[in-house]
Amino acid sequence: MKLLVKGGTVVDPVRGTLEDADILVENGLIVEVGPGIEAPGAEVLDAGGRLVATGLLDMHVHLREPGYEAKETIETGCRAAARGGFTALACMPNTSPIADNRPVVRYIMERAREAGLSRVYPVGAITRGSSGSELAEMADMREAGAVAFSDDGRPVADSGLMRSAMQYASMLGAAIISHCEDPGLAAGGVMNEGFTSTRLGLKGIPSAAEEVMVARDIILAGLTGCRLHIAHVSTAGSVRLIREAKSRGVPVTAEVTPHHFTLTDSEVEGFSTATKVNPPLRGEADVAALREAMADGTIDVIATDHAPHTAEEKDVEYDRAPFGMVGLETAVGLVWTELVDKGVISPARAVAMMTVNPARILGLKPVLPETGAAADLTVIDPALKEKVDPASFFSRGRNTPFAGRELKGLPVLTMVGGKIVYRR
Amino acid sequence: MPLFKKDLLGLEGAGADEISLVLDTAASMKEVLGRQIKKVPALRGKTVVNLFYEPSTRTRTSFELAAKYLSADSVNIATSTSSTVKGESLKDTAATLTALGADLVVLRHSMAGAPHMLAGYIKAAVINAGDGAHEHPTQSLLDMYTVREKKGGIKGLEVAIVGDILHSRVARSNIWGFTAMGARVRLCGPATLMPAEIERTGAHVYSRLEEALDGADAVIMLRIQLERQQQGLFPGTREYAGLFGLNEKRLKLAAPGALVMHPGPVNRGVEIAHEVADGIQSVINEQVTNGVAVRMALLYLLMGGGAGEVVG
Repeated sequence: MKLLVKGGTVVDPVRGTLEDADILVENGLIVEVGPGIEAPGAEVLDAGGRLVATGLLDMHVHLREPGYEAKETIETGCRAAARGGFTALACMPNTSPIADNRPVVRYIMERAREAGLSRVYPVGAITRGSSGSELAEMADMREAGAVAFSDDGRPVADSGLMRSAMQYASMLGAAIISHCEDPGLAAGGVMNEGFTSTRLGLKGIPSAAEEVMVARDIILAGLTGCRLHIAHVSTAGSVRLIREAKSRGVPVTAEVTPHHFTLTDSEVEGFSTATKVNPPLRGEADVAALREAMADGTIDVIATDHAPHTAEEKDVEYDRAPFGMVGLETAVGLVWTELVDKGVISPARAVAMMTVNPARILGLKPVLPETGAAADLTVIDPALKEKVDPASFFSRGRNTPFAGRELKGLPVLTMVGGKIVYRR
Repeated sequence: MPLFKKDLLGLEGAGADEISLVLDTAASMKEVLGRQIKKVPALRGKTVVNLFYEPSTRTRTSFELAAKYLSADSVNIATSTSSTVKGESLKDTAATLTALGADLVVLRHSMAGAPHMLAGYIKAAVINAGDGAHEHPTQSLLDMYTVREKKGGIKGLEVAIVGDILHSRVARSNIWGFTAMGARVRLCGPATLMPAEIERTGAHVYSRLEEALDGADAVIMLRIQLERQQQGLFPGTREYAGLFGLNEKRLKLAAPGALVMHPGPVNRGVEIAHEVADGIQSVINEQVTNGVAVRMALLYLLMGGGAGEVVG
């Protein structure tokens, strides 16, 4: 079975180029890339006026299975990913049970294989039960398929243990992904600390809660030589710390979410729990700093922190609602609308931040648009507009603050290993 | 008028005209309270539900009496006696209240934004009787009523609010309310209990009580909760009283005849000295009486009373 993606503009995220070219796919692989390919008998997929990228990788999602299947299953999460243009996902270990051991890691990979929609790479827990007291069996999980380690959502508070975790992960060649949040500074907070939290009478989480731990983990990365990846950077101060660390050659990388580079804490006005997320939506200066950091390379990756919850869980008082918002099905639209169309970053850089950059951090072979590569492709129509309608989501989660927002630049076709998993 | 679109959720954004309407209406109500038979048929056949998720004697009783004096039927639901302890969500409780035919719900809740959420779920009017550290608009309206009655007006006055501003819904509503009415609001309290960027409300922050009191026309003392000591926010009541307690000597710094106010319940000897709480400048008990009048006014205005003649 041959597929010919014809007439599109192929994005090369490494060379940073856009080139009009066709891509011929056979047996799950890219067999030819170039202009004017003739392939008799091939099914032709018209990509005229569209961008053809290698499959997007979201390195920060919560698939909720095992344990929280009412929020999301691996299958529904992968369906949402396909619709959102993602061919690969790295999923966080805060399931029930926690992915802190080989069987759970294997289970997640097996369930993903059964779903057959996305390449799913589990992230293993740093500590047993993510309880921050003893190291989990990282080597065993690594061998089973875990691509990195994180106690996402429950950061390792003990600096000595974090140092050990980094030394150990470094021995395995794996990165530690750190959700930076000082528990004392963040305690009880539900939104960004600032004028809005003061007005609304909601307890604030100061920027310092994130920055204190970003600073600590950068220092520990310097000490241990471990590759450190800072998850969901939200503040201008974190950006400064990361930029400075990179300039000194500390092995640190960073990601930003679409909601943090798009929204500010003024969204919390009206107390909609769809805006409750951790780290919280910050201020305008933070959003500006995040955008600048994406443009200058301080921030390497765009990841969603897709965090589905049920309507019942979110339909409560703001203080009681769980943190998190879904992101898989709005990410590409937000990247194009907010960043590419506004000239913050180029299309090639946007693609790099969702393909080769996260792949390198996770130690995966970057997929490039070239002969012999896996036929993981994402076709984006940069002119297509649509209003976000949570009812249309493939995810079980409907918890988005973007409902009703018009996005321009949307995925129209997603292919994994030569199989079309989503077509608009 | 956004203040009275359907609900009374807060005073942020309220205009002087709206606030004045409430205070004027409350003046008519206070006249009713002075009669031998303190009851008018204005809200006969209307049902008021007092839904209290936090313990409160003063505010709940005040609303209950206000409803009774206007001939509305009122029922109280406290968490200890309702199904909320069985884990019923606010959304489900809202559906129950609608099914029971409530015309107006008075909600007290420990979490900011709960009244906004309830107001979105039900057709009945909602009055915020205090939500977390967000707003307590009826307390502020009774405070403004008291000041206006005693001082003949609010515009141009210096109003000092002293204590735990961070956790105080009374402080927030009073900042918006008094500022809208043309007063200048001063805030004073420990740096640990001062919310972020509070100056952006237009209020002025003082770290020394003596400066905050200097020339003030009204002083609103807030209750300090012992819980804040356990949270590491202040070292203890002894030091607190030394720095931020209102005593007779300090009160002399205020303008002559300055009003001493407190939303209650009072920690005597901590934020306010015994002799000041019971002193000649204290209007703490009158605040309570005025609270009933203000709440009568609000019930009346929100249940279709409009701005016309209230009391026959």
